[in-house]
Amino acid sequence: MSKQLDLLQGTLDMLILKSVSLGPLHGYGILLRIQHISKDRLEIQQGSLYPALYRLEQQGWITSDWGESQNKRKAKYYRLTAAGKRKFLTEAEKWNRMADVIAGILRTSPEEV
Amino acid sequence: MIPWSRFRSWLNVTLGRSRMENEMEAELRFHLEAYAEDLVRSGFPHQEAMRRARLEFGGIEQTKEQCRDEWHVNLLDSTLQDIRFAVRTLRKRPAFTFLAVLTLALGIGINTSLFTIVRSVLLSPLPFPQPDRLVSLWERSVINENPYNEVSGGIFEDWQRQATSFSQMALIGEDSANLSADGGALPEAIGTRFCSYNLFSMLGAQPVYGRPFSADDDRAGANPTVILTYGIWKRRYAADPVMIGKTIRLNAMPYTVIGILPAWFDYPDRRVQAWLPVNHEVSTQDMHNRGNHRFFVTARLKPGITVAQARTELDGVQQHIHQQFPDALIGKGANVVSLAENLVRDVKTSLIILMAAVGCVLLIACLNVASLFVARSATRGKEFALRTALGGTWWRLIRGQLTESMLLTFSGGGIGALLAFASIRWLVAFRGELPRANSIHVDQNGMLFTIVITIASGILAGLLPSLSSTRGELLEPLKEGSRSIRGGQHRAQLRKLLLTVEVALTVVLLVGAGLMLKSFEELRSVRLGCATGNVLTMSFTLPDAKYEKPFQKAQFFEELLARVRSMPAVNSASAVTVLPGNGHFLDNTFTVEGRPPLLSGQFQDVVIRGSDPAYFATMDIPLLRGRYFTDADHLQNGNAAVITSSMAHKFFPDEDPLGKVLLIDWDGNPRFQIVGIVGDVLSNLNAPPEPTLYLPLNSGRFEYGSLVVRSASDVTSLALPMQKEIARMDPDLPVSDILTMEQIIGKSTASAMFDASLVLFFAVLALILAAVGLYSLLSYLVTQRNKEIGIRIALGAQRRAVLQFMLLEGLRPVLIGLLIGLIGGVISAHLIRSALFGVQPLDLTTFLAVALLVLAVAIAACLLPAWRASRSDPMVALRCE
Repeated sequence: MSKQLDLLQGTLDMLILKSVSLGPLHGYGILLRIQHISKDRLEIQQGSLYPALYRLEQQGWITSDWGESQNKRKAKYYRLTAAGKRKFLTEAEKWNRMADVIAGILRTSPEEV
Repeated sequence: MIPWSRFRSWLNVTLGRSRMENEMEAELRFHLEAYAEDLVRSGFPHQEAMRRARLEFGGIEQTKEQCRDEWHVNLLDSTLQDIRFAVRTLRKRPAFTFLAVLTLALGIGINTSLFTIVRSVLLSPLPFPQPDRLVSLWERSVINENPYNEVSGGIFEDWQRQATSFSQMALIGEDSANLSADGGALPEAIGTRFCSYNLFSMLGAQPVYGRPFSADDDRAGANPTVILTYGIWKRRYAADPVMIGKTIRLNAMPYTVIGILPAWFDYPDRRVQAWLPVNHEVSTQDMHNRGNHRFFVTARLKPGITVAQARTELDGVQQHIHQQFPDALIGKGANVVSLAENLVRDVKTSLIILMAAVGCVLLIACLNVASLFVARSATRGKEFALRTALGGTWWRLIRGQLTESMLLTFSGGGIGALLAFASIRWLVAFRGELPRANSIHVDQNGMLFTIVITIASGILAGLLPSLSSTRGELLEPLKEGSRSIRGGQHRAQLRKLLLTVEVALTVVLLVGAGLMLKSFEELRSVRLGCATGNVLTMSFTLPDAKYEKPFQKAQFFEELLARVRSMPAVNSASAVTVLPGNGHFLDNTFTVEGRPPLLSGQFQDVVIRGSDPAYFATMDIPLLRGRYFTDADHLQNGNAAVITSSMAHKFFPDEDPLGKVLLIDWDGNPRFQIVGIVGDVLSNLNAPPEPTLYLPLNSGRFEYGSLVVRSASDVTSLALPMQKEIARMDPDLPVSDILTMEQIIGKSTASAMFDASLVLFFAVLALILAAVGLYSLLSYLVTQRNKEIGIRIALGAQRRAVLQFMLLEGLRPVLIGLLIGLIGGVISAHLIRSALFGVQPLDLTTFLAVALLVLAVAIAACLLPAWRASRSDPMVALRCE
């Protein structure tokens, strides 16, 4: 297993939005999904997930309902709201642009300057 | 959409707080269990899986707290929680709470009322349009260095013609009048002012009823007119608008009331009751006279001219006039000051001193509360540590403390505001001479000030203690497990620092109070130079209209005195124009017959009094040489003069004054021959005796006077029968200022006494606070070092050595504070020196007394805890662990 990366400031919200955009998930599920998609390359402090979830719900990007988990236990499921979807798209767009720019800068060779 | 969902979630949270808590609990539990199950599946034993799940999740309580923070209601909610907690904590320590609230209430209340007074009196602009353009004009005296000499009518005319800096100038003269009995009201003596007709239009004040004076009112021989102030109109005439056009009798002459001034108009002070046109009241000759300095001049600057420019210009004009008439008694220059500054010249220093003193008190109160908090945070160290461990953030803990101190300061501030309302009336009543008193009341600015200083005090008192507890150290007490010296030392240092500052401030206050008290005592013990015990006085002025001829005046005085002397219980009675201690009043220039004329520009000036022959004996004023007046010094034969010893020293240093003839610069240059020399009396308590010339009251030259009466029994019981005697002679003659000599002295020392006692009160309060602070600090140190002391004693330390050691521990911050305070005292004494009388700013006894007092109180406060430490049983101390 390669070394895990610390999460960049402010990216956890985006990752959560992405995770729940693929379908309703409970908190633990979100954690697993992020780890799965990232192939365990990201280090997420488990406890830090919940304040982020509460914040996103407060802001109206996600909403929650109590449902039943696979092993028949009551769990709180989060899903994306319409506003959350728009928010996620703009955030993702912003992120991609930023990543391109940064990557472009880092690729620059001496001759190009 | 978003606001709505936000609102819904807020509503959910607010309404279902406990449900949310349960759900959060369930959600987190689900997370842990689900993770643990996954771990079991990957081969961990059940117990180990649960442990790992918890470990990797991180602090569960911290997470919960952070989640709660994400709910926006959390702020409100936790604030309420903080307040509930603070109330509970404070109620557990009623003594602490009471002391803190009391000092804060006193501090905040008295600061608010003084702020209100300072703002109304010193800072707020005068209630006239463009008030910064109004100035007061003075002559610079040719006799002495007084830059605020009254202006003569002639000079006023010169200025009007020659000065170019002013758009308008108005003349004001001070007087009083007998208002005759009318409509069932008794006759009374009222304060009046003469003014040139343009005064009100220049100030920009219009009568609320009627009209201002016109140029036609303001000339000799015009119909007599008067404008009343709102105060007398309301008090005596029941605020009747029909008064306009009515006639009132002033000095036995009819005057038509043409206007009523607005209620806010209290210029130059609220004792003035009526205004009269100056040219109608003062003889034309006096209005043109350059040497009779009796008027105040107010002016409005032309646009663009500064006060300094106007001063330079008018000074030049006056210097030129002085050069034209070098022999005349006219100012050698002129002075221009802003009108607002001129009004408060006398009270400014005293108000600023009081403001600084009460500011110090509030600061001390805050320090004290802060210091008590620090002490408490020591005993609560473990509680704080525990709360941090359970997820309380650092900020949350500070907030708790802030809430507590805010609760204290707001209780204090609330009571303080009530106190301010009450004390302001009291302060204004005590300082009756305060100018602009009508505008003093607690307004929204005063309230705003209260709120601001309340919050500032709360923050100061609440945040200072937190300096002692930083994040890292919060956990120390838990690790240490039991009492330790290390954790507490930081706090003890902070408390010592706070105490040092407190002691320093207290010392400064005490020094100020000591100096002011001493100068009040000096003032109080000044010998007036005459009898002061059991002497009753009352004053009156004979109106010219009824007592025009000299013999009428002399007759009235003689007959009245004969009647009073025949009253039972009267030992002696007499009369004088102006009583000792009642001010300078009248002076004049004179020459001595047979001497070469004075050099050009030099003048001989003395205070002039008229006295009855019996006056000196009645008042125990000693005859040094020659004789007193006799009944033969009467009317046209009344040209004997009695001079005081200071006049003899000043004007006859090398020769015998007896028999010398003085020519007074009055109409007709009357001649008076010196027949006696008497002891000095003081015109003002805080000034050296003025050379004074007594002339016979019965010469008929004086129309005003004060009776002095002495009796073997209580002299105040004679007041009513004497008034009745006066009323029998002239029912329309009002009597004023019925005072004993002691009251006259009291009146002129009242302000000094008031300031001194107020500052002393605060200084003592500060001293008590410092003593309490010191006592609790040392008690705390002793408890803290119980173990160490126990070991020392167990190892054979002498109990006396322990006592000494602990005493020194407590006294060190006091000594440092004392030193700083004494230095501060020197500086503040220098700053208040103009308010001191008969005391040097660096009065050694005061400084020494303050230092000894503070030391004594400090030792007393430290002795008990130190003694307790030295008595402590080493076994008990060690077993405690």
